Amino acid sequence: MLTATNILSWITFTPLIGAALILLLPGRKVKAIRGVAVLATALSLLFSLVLLSRFDNAGRGITEFQFVAQRDWIQAFSIQYYMGIDGLSLPLVILTTLLSFLCIFASFGIERWVKAYMALFLLLETGMLGVFCSLDLFLFYVFWEVMLLPMYFLIGIWGGPRREYAAIKFFLYTLLGSVLMLLGILALYFASEPHTFNLPQLILTSSQWSGNLIWVPYFWKIVFVLFFIGFAIKVPIFPFHTWLPDAHVEAPTAVSVILAGVLLKMGTYGILRVNYPLFPEAAHWFAYPFLITLGVINIVYGSLCAMAQTDLKKLVAYSSIGHMGFCLIGMAAMTSQGFHGAVLQMWNHGLITGQLFLLVGVVYDRAHHRDLDGFGGLAAAMPIYAGMVSLAFMASLGLPGLAGFVSEALCFLGAWPVFPASTALSVSGVVLGAAYFLWAFQRVFLGPLNPKYEKISEINGRELFTLAPLALLTVLIGVYPMPILNWMTATLNHLQEILGVAGRGM
Amino acid sequence: MTPFQLVKPEELAYLLPELILVGTLIWSLLLELILRPRQSRFPVAGFTLLGLLAAAVADLRLLGEPARTLFSGMIVRDDFAIIFQLLAAFAAGLVVFASIWTREVSDQPTAGQGEYYLLILGATIGMFFLVAAQNLLMLYLSMELLSLPSYLLVAWPKRSRPATEAGIKYVVYGAGASCAMIYGISLLYGLSGSLELHDLNAYVAGLSDQTALPVATFLVALLLTLAGFLFKIAAFPLFQWAPDVYQGAPTPITAFLAVGSKAAGMGALLRFLYLGLCVRGSADLFTALGGLHWPMLIAVISALTMTAGNLIALAQTNAKRLLAYSSIAHAGYILMGIPLLSVAGLTAVIFYLAVYLVMNLGAFLSVIMLENQGLPPEIKNYRGLGARSPAIAIAFSVFLFSLTGIPPLGGFIGKFYLFAALIQGRLYWLAVVGVLNSVVSLYYYANIVRRMFLEKPLDETPVPASPMLRGLLAVLALITLALGLYWIPLYQLVEFAASTLGL
Repeated sequence: MLTATNILSWITFTPLIGAALILLLPGRKVKAIRGVAVLATALSLLFSLVLLSRFDNAGRGITEFQFVAQRDWIQAFSIQYYMGIDGLSLPLVILTTLLSFLCIFASFGIERWVKAYMALFLLLETGMLGVFCSLDLFLFYVFWEVMLLPMYFLIGIWGGPRREYAAIKFFLYTLLGSVLMLLGILALYFASEPHTFNLPQLILTSSQWSGNLIWVPYFWKIVFVLFFIGFAIKVPIFPFHTWLPDAHVEAPTAVSVILAGVLLKMGTYGILRVNYPLFPEAAHWFAYPFLITLGVINIVYGSLCAMAQTDLKKLVAYSSIGHMGFCLIGMAAMTSQGFHGAVLQMWNHGLITGQLFLLVGVVYDRAHHRDLDGFGGLAAAMPIYAGMVSLAFMASLGLPGLAGFVSEALCFLGAWPVFPASTALSVSGVVLGAAYFLWAFQRVFLGPLNPKYEKISEINGRELFTLAPLALLTVLIGVYPMPILNWMTATLNHLQEILGVAGRGM
Repeated sequence: MTPFQLVKPEELAYLLPELILVGTLIWSLLLELILRPRQSRFPVAGFTLLGLLAAAVADLRLLGEPARTLFSGMIVRDDFAIIFQLLAAFAAGLVVFASIWTREVSDQPTAGQGEYYLLILGATIGMFFLVAAQNLLMLYLSMELLSLPSYLLVAWPKRSRPATEAGIKYVVYGAGASCAMIYGISLLYGLSGSLELHDLNAYVAGLSDQTALPVATFLVALLLTLAGFLFKIAAFPLFQWAPDVYQGAPTPITAFLAVGSKAAGMGALLRFLYLGLCVRGSADLFTALGGLHWPMLIAVISALTMTAGNLIALAQTNAKRLLAYSSIAHAGYILMGIPLLSVAGLTAVIFYLAVYLVMNLGAFLSVIMLENQGLPPEIKNYRGLGARSPAIAIAFSVFLFSLTGIPPLGGFIGKFYLFAALIQGRLYWLAVVGVLNSVVSLYYYANIVRRMFLEKPLDETPVPASPMLRGLLAVLALITLALGLYWIPLYQLVEFAASTLGL
């Protein structure tokens, strides 16, 4: 059933089929609806593992893809259904299917309109997977936007007290970014000869376009910036980040996990997938001084904000801004270590922040608040929970031996030879990270037990089940990251060749 | 010179769609007289629907034939006219169908029921002639033929104060615009010595050799003539009538004005500008004659129209009024394609009109269905509708997101082609204004969605709906979705029609 040409379509659309099935079920059959959701995400995860087993680490990527499916969709405008993956998208596809599967379990606490929730969640998964697999810019845009609707409703209907504000803010910000990206896509289409939305073809031929280019020599820079703003809002990069704390705090737990674990990665993924290979010269122009500066601001500003928070979930949200900053400095450096660090950081951040949001959800479900100063001494009442939190905190603040350390260290190693001063500044983010995580841990778990929570119940089996795979992977990658790094090496080397920095930092 | 003969009998065969409509009108009138004692609205409405259907079929049979000028150049039967006539017939048919089950209409005294449908038919005949007119006098007369029944339709609920007020506003404003237009046309006639668009074209071509005085007079005449069109499509600066009229009129009539009238006005405007003031060059591009900069004027009007419509829409609390401002904004989007002077731009305009027709009718139909169940179109009444009536709420959301331009819905594809044409035609500033406007519009469209789904209902009683309207709503929603996934057949038809326009 799964062939090289249809496996990506199966992975992407299995959740959509699940959503359609759920819509056919009557809304009161909650168990059946959950069952279908679990099954659909499980199948998608299974297919992505099959994909992994068949993936060829030596594939060059960026312009040469594996598991390609290519069909005409709208011939008149040469729009194609064109899917394929390489070492850059593979980790993200697997991250998405894994987190989605676990998040379905984390959503079992949802009781209002379960049918709509699960259908929207599965639609969201299809959108996310489509973004990572599509190679036609029109298709890419459609998937990119298809995610917005379910996200709007998931935050807006099932979110916290300020959910309406957070949902529309998220929607407006992202739409603003994506319409600018649409103009960029159209500019590329009409500049290319022959006109096409086919990304690999655009990358391969872009140096030969001449007659259709406008505003030379600024064309590439302008289009680069149009795409960059679209992606920067998603990452989010300062100053486009203000939607994130609102959206993360108000979203239900599983949706926060998906937002932080997958959606943020789309921004950095897009920059590496579209901006870097398509506009190599503009990328060099932009990387220094702009991208590296934005990266440092993200790290320092995000960490300082995290430190000032009293809401545990908001703290995690701001820490995400900081951690995505590590990706940015690795990307700006364009060194081998920097790229490896950046892509690995995307994956690790997905694992670790996923755990953090799940853990916040666990305590919120019990205490119905997330105020850091409102707990105290929880370690005595919930020892296993405290252990899980400390693992996630340590991984997030970059303790050696856990996943976060490897990718952050790679980012710094990669950035250091190119931008020593900026790297030195950004290392402060690690110190700040240690500060706010340890301080938060102390306030919530240490000291005398708050008598209000003497009877608080320990983390349950279902919650542990959602956390255990992520925790296990965090430890495994921290100890031996090579398998994952090996997926991406050939692709990232090819990206370096295209950028004209082959072998930098080898 | 051949002796002047206005009507050649053999030409009548090419007038079949219009003749069918006129025949339907006459027979409906008789039917109404005969059936009036029976007090049933179905026969007249049904007969009107049949007539519209027959006219559409007659139009389809003429599709693809070479363009043919009729009645000494008064009107032309080309594919461009046919596609707009189909749009008009589609809009009128849906409005008639929806009206049958609209309580706002059916609750009125039965004595007037027949004339309601007759007036819709009359306005549709006006649209049919308007988009085919090739002579300024014919164009003006058809515009009046469209306007007069529209005024009456707006004020049709005789005991309703808002409707009467809206009717008066519409007629006063319309009379003003109409006067400006006929004055402009008379100046154009004085300058070029002819009412035919072809002769106007020849005159404009020679304008660049002229001294300043005729050029200035010509510009004044052009602006005055444009006023009539801008009024009809509710574009800046002549849109102020729309919100009051749209809010006061019976909702099906509002829908009819917002899609049918607008599409027909847009069709006539396209023909006036592209046939009268342009010459078609190679590679599907047009050139504006006489060194006139009217494309830039249209581009500025477009930007101002959508910005004004969207910004004022943000503050609206009434759904009909909101949809009125939204339709002003959409007139702005549609105008974006006109200054490009390319077949791509024309195609995008007509394609957008077709998609807009479906999604906007859907949005108004949702409002009608809710009104039927005692929910006046104040947005606050839609609170928690997602729980009370999920089917209507979901369909309504589909139309609203399509109006915003979110894939995979038809509205996105419409906007995509407009922006693509703008980028291709290198009118970048307008493209940027356009995309930013669609971001702004998200806020007020999503506001309705927010009320329906994000807020909890005050009471949980379901909102019932008539099965016919339910079915129509589902069909429109499915078309909106289908146009977002596979739109090539419609696009090819539209592109084919667009390529027949011009000298």
